[in-house]
Amino acid sequence: MHEKILLSHGEGGKRTRDLIAKVIARYFDNPVLAPFLDSGLLGRIEGEIAFTTDGYVVTPPFFPGGDIGRLAVCGTVNDLAVCGAKAFAISCGLILEEGLPLETLERALAAMKEAAGEAGVVIACGDTKVVERGKGDGIFITTAGLGVSVDGWKPSPSKVRPGDRILLTGTMGDHHVAVLVARQGLSITAPVLSDVAPLAGLLLPVLARFGDGVRFLRDPTRGGVGVTLNEMAATANARFVLDEARLPVREAVRGVCEILGFDPLYLANEGKAVLIADAAVAGNVLAALRDHPYGREAAVIGEVGEGAPGVRMRTLAGGLRAVDYPVGDQLPRIC
Amino acid sequence: MRLTYIDDFRDPATAKALVARIREDAGDRPVRIMEVCGTHTVAIARCGIRPLLSGAVTMVSGPGCPVCVTPDGYIDAAIALGKERGALLASFGDMLRVPGTSSSLEREKGEGLDVRVVYSPLDAVALAAGSPDREVVFLGVGFETTAPAIAGAIRTAAQRGVANFSVLSSVRTIPEAMGILAADPDIRIQGFLCPAHVSAIIGADAYRAVASERRIPCVVAGFEPLDILLGISMLVRQIREGAARVENEYTRVATGAGNRKAQELVAEVFTPCDTGWRGIGVIPGSGLRIADRYDAYDAERKFGVPVLFSSEKTACRCGDVLKGKIVPPECPLFGKACVPEEPYGPCMVSSEGTCAAYYKYGAS
Repeated sequence: MHEKILLSHGEGGKRTRDLIAKVIARYFDNPVLAPFLDSGLLGRIEGEIAFTTDGYVVTPPFFPGGDIGRLAVCGTVNDLAVCGAKAFAISCGLILEEGLPLETLERALAAMKEAAGEAGVVIACGDTKVVERGKGDGIFITTAGLGVSVDGWKPSPSKVRPGDRILLTGTMGDHHVAVLVARQGLSITAPVLSDVAPLAGLLLPVLARFGDGVRFLRDPTRGGVGVTLNEMAATANARFVLDEARLPVREAVRGVCEILGFDPLYLANEGKAVLIADAAVAGNVLAALRDHPYGREAAVIGEVGEGAPGVRMRTLAGGLRAVDYPVGDQLPRIC
Repeated sequence: MRLTYIDDFRDPATAKALVARIREDAGDRPVRIMEVCGTHTVAIARCGIRPLLSGAVTMVSGPGCPVCVTPDGYIDAAIALGKERGALLASFGDMLRVPGTSSSLEREKGEGLDVRVVYSPLDAVALAAGSPDREVVFLGVGFETTAPAIAGAIRTAAQRGVANFSVLSSVRTIPEAMGILAADPDIRIQGFLCPAHVSAIIGADAYRAVASERRIPCVVAGFEPLDILLGISMLVRQIREGAARVENEYTRVATGAGNRKAQELVAEVFTPCDTGWRGIGVIPGSGLRIADRYDAYDAERKFGVPVLFSSEKTACRCGDVLKGKIVPPECPLFGKACVPEEPYGPCMVSSEGTCAAYYKYGAS
């Protein structure tokens, strides 16, 4: 094999076959993909189907706590999980730039394999394209994912009522800051690791157990908890009131935010979910989340209030203010 | 990394006690206090302080956002330097969307004008050193906090012989503007909450003239919630006593005399001048132009492109907002024809603009 990706690796000839057979097949070794047909044959599936797609362009592709491969699998698994579906098959489209070191590709594939194993999902089909040097940025990954819904659970934003609790499964902004630190070469004493993780194992048992006690949930990726909650408030036509004192943020992330002027509310996460739960079960939901390794720092961060829809925050100083969509500078290409 | 030193300035119980004290001292006659600085405006909005004090203290926002008070003519001159003289413009990001007479830097950039966003004036010197075939003009907009950095960049360019670097200066000084606002009977300010960072440079003593000549108490305060509440409390007590002293809440950073080294650098590179403030007018002695010994670095003189000031004619009421005469929601354009994505007036453009702060954090 060559040490670097060449245009001919994407041209469909012998080199493409070699790349698939000698590299990709070594990592994605499963009976659905193995025949290398034009589609993965998944057989008969019982239950309600959920379907999603996403593209991953993060720069740099490797960052503390994760990489583009793990991100691609987790992002897809999580988009299904927050709709109450267990991912069972995902696709993997690779767009590689001419000159990409083969080792980089292999590291990304190994990470995908590991994350897929953890999430119990099969990489069922794939595609590889190579673009000329300068027309890409090393490696881009696109995915689609199929999932089966947890029996009896559906997102029901219309059931959101004043008094419902707002839960967050852990600290805010870890992924955003990890990528920022890696990109800018910032030197900080306390390392910040991306939270990128597959959340099906954390969330789906909670949905199965509490049913419509959990009204609906989202994963606060780009735009962070602030934007996600605004979208959720609009969907549910409800007023969310956050409590600033209860927002979980790691000290190192807070430090970076204080220095650079970021608000952790708007920083991206890749291993967190926001849930709206009936007050009667919220305590038990919180306990169940905290029982899982990915939910240890889960917290109730606010509640659904009366009044005009939107997001408000009770500040540390005791005031009340709006939490709106941000305008302007966001760090691009973080996922 | 422990941030307890920040948490100490955000403690909810202390905040509650301070709010109670302010309300008790204020009694049933609300006092009018102006926060001069844009960073205070944002912090007050972000912490939700205005509604906490309603009925006791009316917080009026002042002209302390350098982007907001930069007049149309400055943007026009910057665009002319780029389009007619072929200069490469280096600017802080906030300036890009500020409307000039008929266009903005952002719009011109879309048409091909070469505008680069920099984070420090020194970055612009480095840009010039690395592009010897281009004239690089730094858009030097700011108050006393930014002035030393711009002065340092000019001196560095002079020392290193970076002859293709110059500055279009729009540097302003705060105490002179406070004097004009204090004298305006329409605004009726009873106390000034003075800027934290500006005061770290110029020193709290710089407000003595305003306090004694206009009989208005001045308190320098930091930007954390408890700094602000304590600063307001100190002002309310002075107002009730009928006092007009300069006091300093922000003693951990600002001193009476300020940062002498920065002051010397500014005095070496700049000379005071009269300058026009958007929405306010020309304020004598409130600007800093580049001193004659550094005139080779003054873009206005180097290229013969002067910054013209004219009072604007527009439906936008930024001028009244900057003077504290109205609050943003009283402007007919606020939140309708003027929003952060499509700003009509400069107060909606800058992250420190009063209208942007009201729009972003205003809870109703």
